[in-house]
Amino acid sequence: MSRRVRLLLLGPALLGLGSLFAWAIAGLPAFGDYRGPYGFVLNRLVVPLRHTTNVVMGVNFDVRGIDTMGEEFILYASVVGVTLLLRDETRSRQVERRTRRFRSDTVRLVGVGMVGAGLLIGLWLMAFGYVSPGGGFQGGVVAAGAIVLLYLVGNHRDYRPFRSERVLDPLEAVGTGGYVVVGLAALVSGAAFLTNLFGLGTPGLLRSGGSIPVLNWASAIAVTVAMLLLFAEFLETYVVPLEPEDADS
Amino acid sequence: MSYLPYAVAAWICLVGIAGIATSKNLIHLAICLTVTQSSSYVLLLSVGYVRHGKAPIFLGTKLGTTAVDPVVQALTLTDIVVSVAVIALILALALDAHRLSGTVDPDHIVDISG
Amino acid sequence: MSWIPPLLVAIPLLTSAVTAGLDHVTPRPVQHAVVIAASAATTSLAFVLLRHAESHEVVHWFGGWAPRRGLALGIDFAVGPLAAGMCAVIGLVVTLALIYSLTFMRASPRLFDALMLVALGAMCGFAMSGDLFNLFVWLELMGAAAYALTGFQVERLGPVQGAVNFAITNSLGGYLFAIGIALIYARTGSLNLAQIGNTLSHGPAGGLVIVAMTLLLCGFLIKGAVVPFHLWAADAYAVAPAPVCAVLGGVMTDIGLIGGARLYWTVFDAPFGQGHAVGDVLLWLGMVTAVLAGTMAFLQRHLKRMLAYSVVCHIGIMLAGIGLLNSAGLAGAELMFLGHALLTAGLFFVAGILHADHGVVDELHLRGRGRGCWATAAVWFAATFGLVGTPYVGIYLGHGSIDDGASELGRGWVLPLLWLGSALAGGALLRAGARIFLGWGDSDDSLLGKAMEEDPLERDVQRPLLVAVAVTAVVLGLAVSVVPGLGQRAEYAAVRFEDRSGYAARVLRDHPFAATPRLPVAIRHTSLESLLYGASATILALGLALAGLYRRRLPRAVSVVARRALAAPIHLLREVHSGVVGDYVTWVAVGTAFVGGTFALLLHG
Repeated sequence: MSRRVRLLLLGPALLGLGSLFAWAIAGLPAFGDYRGPYGFVLNRLVVPLRHTTNVVMGVNFDVRGIDTMGEEFILYASVVGVTLLLRDETRSRQVERRTRRFRSDTVRLVGVGMVGAGLLIGLWLMAFGYVSPGGGFQGGVVAAGAIVLLYLVGNHRDYRPFRSERVLDPLEAVGTGGYVVVGLAALVSGAAFLTNLFGLGTPGLLRSGGSIPVLNWASAIAVTVAMLLLFAEFLETYVVPLEPEDADS
Repeated sequence: MSYLPYAVAAWICLVGIAGIATSKNLIHLAICLTVTQSSSYVLLLSVGYVRHGKAPIFLGTKLGTTAVDPVVQALTLTDIVVSVAVIALILALALDAHRLSGTVDPDHIVDISG
Repeated sequence: MSWIPPLLVAIPLLTSAVTAGLDHVTPRPVQHAVVIAASAATTSLAFVLLRHAESHEVVHWFGGWAPRRGLALGIDFAVGPLAAGMCAVIGLVVTLALIYSLTFMRASPRLFDALMLVALGAMCGFAMSGDLFNLFVWLELMGAAAYALTGFQVERLGPVQGAVNFAITNSLGGYLFAIGIALIYARTGSLNLAQIGNTLSHGPAGGLVIVAMTLLLCGFLIKGAVVPFHLWAADAYAVAPAPVCAVLGGVMTDIGLIGGARLYWTVFDAPFGQGHAVGDVLLWLGMVTAVLAGTMAFLQRHLKRMLAYSVVCHIGIMLAGIGLLNSAGLAGAELMFLGHALLTAGLFFVAGILHADHGVVDELHLRGRGRGCWATAAVWFAATFGLVGTPYVGIYLGHGSIDDGASELGRGWVLPLLWLGSALAGGALLRAGARIFLGWGDSDDSLLGKAMEEDPLERDVQRPLLVAVAVTAVVLGLAVSVVPGLGQRAEYAAVRFEDRSGYAARVLRDHPFAATPRLPVAIRHTSLESLLYGASATILALGLALAGLYRRRLPRAVSVVARRALAAPIHLLREVHSGVVGDYVTWVAVGTAFVGGTFALLLHG
């Protein structure tokens, strides 16, 4: 199909879709007029029943916990998929040229500061995710971003420990698999899968929510490691894995 | 004003689909796909908004204060992770396409058809 | 027994995570054994669940969040006999594919098994879920696993193209589905299928619900490769490794259709069930799909691409059965799914064997080279007859049930078209089989387009294992029509599936279903009409195959007329199936707008 035919088909199709959307929007309640029972009921119930003040995380890890489990596995499947797609034992890799590296103390100073701050914020978001705004995913992404920043401001050797598949692969299994194990533990003890069985603690403190902190940390680890693995995979397409002779810096 | 967010969501979706259908670069295409998906985030979050509602986080807030819907926020979070997964896979495929054929133009990486 | 549904998802997913994490430290044989054991365990549990689901709907509320005063708060898996049966077949096909891939896949990529298990878990979750957003999550999970599995052979451009087209089209379908979820949620304030159905049964259904239904159904139709959303399927199945094709083409595409049926029967039957409008749209889409895909199958020389179109053709027939909106039609679709999954898997396995033996999967290049492989030839031909619908073999029982359903509704004119579709696809497969295994026909045919390059397999395979797996799949698939009692049980499962208020009462208020009637254990009879259709389709397929093989020997008058009439449509069809993702996305937009417009016209007011 030539581009012209494609555009001739696309134009009316988008107009049609647009009209359908407009018709649907006309039937929606006005912005701000949310009426449905689901959200209101959960806002009332989650804190007393699960002692976690961040209701969104309560919904994510408890009420709709199986959704989150599926979502973690989506991330895991994409990591495995990218690893499979970017494997190529036969092609020769381009060595990143050393001369390209610039030496700027300002960059390194600012960078180290940002890495430190990013890691701290990420860890805080993870740790207090179910108490105040935040959560395992958000914290995981921030922490992974901070670690990747190390690659930008430092050199290969600084970044090397965070690319080691030997460490990251089992960690990913711990994060993703750990989630399922918590669910299975509940099933084995006779309750439904992913029932919150641990002690609930006091709302507003770190020790609250029962199994929610455990699931929160499992997903935090899974997301951080998944991001690092993805970055490592894409990086490896361009850079030879570190050899001992990369001694100069 | 009260339907503007929904109209924005619809517009983003249509623009995204137009971008995907006319794209000449796989990486641009992956971003267009993300744009299309962000229309579902906008729609979900707008649907759950409660006028004068606070965030559904009751640290320091009394239980029973009007808060927005927490469920759509949880759904959007899941949705975002889905988007990350898909875009990672498409970018990996774009790298492979470039390696094999020297181009990332989706119109030119055709090996089989008919 | 309600502890089984989560296990069908948890076992494959956990095994996948653990084997991938311990990838570097476990020896290969241990890894294979664990993976196959997990898949077999899931399959066995699914069969156990099937027995129990027949007497009552098995419902599992995750996290213990049972409904309060009829308001669903958590996510549930609600498993009736239809869903459990699907999980069983999915598990069976995946287990067979994993055993096949023991010797078929290259030595190094170890993470293949991990992704196959993820696909298994996701498909089972999708079949069982009773929550709208949960369905979306499993849909995307199976997609994520499938895209990478399709692009597995990264040394050629074809797999990359197939995977790209697959990923972009299906993701777009998923996102349209997500927009549909947002619209339904705004209207009903719930994500639970039973609850949404209850809410929508009060009050008129305005434009919002019609558009939401369009988006939700189109999302599933894209996954299910229905015309005009089917273009990605041939590209993807042509390039994926044979065991992956068996899973994708055998079960994953079909399950999109069953998801659509589930959506209709739990949610949209309430507002739109009075008329037949929704069903008619599905019926027409199914018919067009069957005939178009059958024709495209006939124009292919690449075996796996031909099989891909055959899959789409049968999808069309199943969709037509679902679109009849009665229990005979749905039972027919179920039975077809059972037979089709196993037979198609068997055919893909044979294509893999041919690839391993000769390095090519091209019908013309393989001409005569299959002579002497009696077992493989027997498997191919038997499976083909099973897919055409020869009486009492393979999908015949299912197709016969669809025939009954159509006659019940007075839509008997549908039947010739559906049988024509399967005759076309079957004719193509018979032609290929005769050319390859018997050496008939010419070694060149311009009608069949250009050849596609293929790499030979890079290791020696244990052929007996491959043949054994293919034989198992095909024998099971053929037997579907003659298993005593299966037809009646499928019909009962369909009746249960279509009982919206009973489902809602069971899920939300724990009211048990009425007691299961005692189902006879006998082979279900089909009508004389179906026998005639089945026999004619077989004869037509044979005729088409011979015409395809000996095209040059047709009388001049016939071939000139045929060429004049068919050249332009065939050229147009080839142009549309261009392999370019921009075109495919355009057709998705066109198709969605068309389906939405049709629903708007038929349902408004």
